[in-house]
Amino acid sequence: MTKSILICGVGGQGILLSSDILAEVCMNSGYDMKKSEVHGMAQRGGSVISHVRYGEKVHSPLIGEGGADIILSYEKLEALRNLSYIEKNGTVIVNDMAILPIPVASGEVEYPQDVIDKIKKHASNLVVIDGLGIAKSTGNIRTLNVVLLGVLARHIELAYENWLAVIEERVPKKTIEVNKLAFESGYRSK
Amino acid sequence: MKAFLSGDEAVARGAYEAGINVASAYPGTPSTEILEAIAKYPEIYSTWSPNEKTAFDFCSGASFGGARVLVAMKHVGLNVCADSFFSMSYIGATGGFVVVSCDDPEMHSSQNEQDNRHYARAAKVPLLEPSSSQEAKDFVKIAVEISEKFDTPVLLRLTTRISHSKGIVELGDRNEHTPKGYVKDFKKRVILPANARVRHRVVENRLKELKDFSENFEFNKIEDIDTSVGVITSGVSYNYTKEVFPTASILKLAMSYPFPSELCRRFAKRCKKVYVIEENDPFIEENLKIEGIKCTGKEKIPLVGELNPTKVAVSFGLQKAKKKTTFKIPPRPPVLCPGCPHTGVFYTINKLKLVATGDIGCYTLGGLPPLNAMDSCVCMGASIGNAFGLEKALGSEIKDRLVAVIGDSTFFHTGIPPLIDVVYNKGKTTVLILDNRTTAMTGHQEHPGTGKTLMGEKTVALDLVDVCKGIGVKHTYTIDPYDLAETKRVISREVKRNAPSVIISKRECILLSKKKRKPLKVDEETCTGCKLCLRLGCPAISLQEEKAIVDETLCTGCTLCAQVCPKDAIG
Ligand SMILES: Cc1ncc(C[n+]2csc(CCOP(=O)(O)OP(=O)(O)O)c2C)c(N)n1
Repeated sequence: MTKSILICGVGGQGILLSSDILAEVCMNSGYDMKKSEVHGMAQRGGSVISHVRYGEKVHSPLIGEGGADIILSYEKLEALRNLSYIEKNGTVIVNDMAILPIPVASGEVEYPQDVIDKIKKHASNLVVIDGLGIAKSTGNIRTLNVVLLGVLARHIELAYENWLAVIEERVPKKTIEVNKLAFESGYRSK
Repeated sequence: MKAFLSGDEAVARGAYEAGINVASAYPGTPSTEILEAIAKYPEIYSTWSPNEKTAFDFCSGASFGGARVLVAMKHVGLNVCADSFFSMSYIGATGGFVVVSCDDPEMHSSQNEQDNRHYARAAKVPLLEPSSSQEAKDFVKIAVEISEKFDTPVLLRLTTRISHSKGIVELGDRNEHTPKGYVKDFKKRVILPANARVRHRVVENRLKELKDFSENFEFNKIEDIDTSVGVITSGVSYNYTKEVFPTASILKLAMSYPFPSELCRRFAKRCKKVYVIEENDPFIEENLKIEGIKCTGKEKIPLVGELNPTKVAVSFGLQKAKKKTTFKIPPRPPVLCPGCPHTGVFYTINKLKLVATGDIGCYTLGGLPPLNAMDSCVCMGASIGNAFGLEKALGSEIKDRLVAVIGDSTFFHTGIPPLIDVVYNKGKTTVLILDNRTTAMTGHQEHPGTGKTLMGEKTVALDLVDVCKGIGVKHTYTIDPYDLAETKRVISREVKRNAPSVIISKRECILLSKKKRKPLKVDEETCTGCKLCLRLGCPAISLQEEKAIVDETLCTGCTLCAQVCPKDAIG
């Protein structure tokens, strides 16, 4: 069975690094895998989506609407925006954080109310995470990325050690310990 | 050995393994990473060239000497070098010649959705379409073989979802190639009409031979399973076909031009019905229909935008279209970064209510609200000619409130000939060059003004003032876009000048700037909530409870908001 994971958020949040780590864990776990994203325009603070798919043999690099087993969103509004990707019984993991798009910041439009409730209406399984809070508790808020990967790891069947090995390799040497802690905190969060 | 590579990185690896000697490009999403990755192989001499045509001609010359060459570009880049491309089809390839075009279905970062497979047919060169990173690598090697065997450039067409998807690739060794050296060949390389008439016949013969090759090409592969449905497909669409029709028979065209019509006919005969699954234009479908082979394609599958498994399934009625959620979701468009040197210029253009013919780069974002300071954006290098044309057509009605806006990399790309046109044809156009010392849009590549080459060597940095003066522009002024008063003074003065003038707005891209400035703060007491600072469109400023607030994690201390604030509340 092929597993499809959509990671989304805002340009600058480190989405592409996260999906790179996930991809490497998949590969090291012996799976075929593909990942797809768009460079260029999207990075200037716009919406960013990365598609990751792994399994015995993966054909399509893209997840279609209704095809994502998991959506991992680094920002609330982006989860709402990409909800059409979720599979009927899929899981939506949302970092409970709002980043204001320019039209909102400049007062032209409002950031929608009750984003989480709206997501709930369309997602049979919803996990809401205070990623920033957990990252703060590790002592380094820059570990937000890894915290969220920890949460994701709980929902997919890739070995814990494989995750740690890739994270150790990818993060700056001085931050290995705090990142391991961040991953574990995400993994064990409720 | 295995590696996890994007399609672009795989093309670079393919170039290395195929013994490519020389490679060149002008950056352009989604093709940029090809040359960035090639630059890591010292065995290949690689360059960023000022534009796609200079890159192409440079590679043609290297091929004259027997070197194996690769030139890469985004789809619209092929328009820029089309003249060379068509001629080189007649001239042929002494050393293997691979032309890589990365098309952008869905226009993730492009101005159109042109399908460059048509170029293969128009220029009469063979076309290869990889469907994965592995094939992207392997097909470069095959392209070199075909090129040398049939004496022709070969078009290798990727699309965004091949270029920017990563997959597992089996690596090979380099097959070293030593250029044969230069041998004069007047009849082939000087395409005077007399020679070209002969060459055209050669090209038509070559096409016949290539068609035979394509009919038997091992990568034009049939996967025979259940023949009740047969699908003919190519490129990334093959992957969607495999997901949606796992048991159908599939004919995957790796070489879709010259079109292997007999192979298709044989395949179609075996199948009860034939579907064609391809992105954008009905290229395969039309070829089939010309041959009288019945098939279903674009009557079901969208022509506009990219495909994905769900879209394909919905097109053939295998899945219901998902209802769109009805929530109102504010858009999140890309924006100019906090501290972007372009911001002050567009703020000023907006203030002065100028008509600004624009160009392509990060600065195109200056056309979006709240800056709204760009009136046109056609393609790279169009801004100056557009302004000049407007000026000549409408004269004094528009002349004093008109400016052409162009980035530094874009100016070197195709901005110089139109500036010559202005001087030569007695224009009075005002040109604003946004010199942020880099090609920012595509991820900060070097260009002729930066003083560094793709391979990391130091070189001369062309001076924009010298270039403009050399062309004959007498009035050139350099301004600092972080100084709003000066910016306004110079721009409003120059648009009124009765002679061509160039204003160079010079400030390094904030993402490259090493200088750290203190983030600013809004004094809550003094702020009246007048929202003037919000007109900069700076992502670091927002309104909270009717007061402006600066996000200190985003603020770069450029001070534009402080300069705009009428109450001196920001500092
Ligand atoms: C013919 C063509 N080639 C390449 C591109 C891709 N492209 C768009 S803008 C741009 C560079 C812009 O650089 P610059 O003019 O310096 O502006 P900046 O992004 O730095 O503001 C490139 C390479 C294109 N759109 N068209």
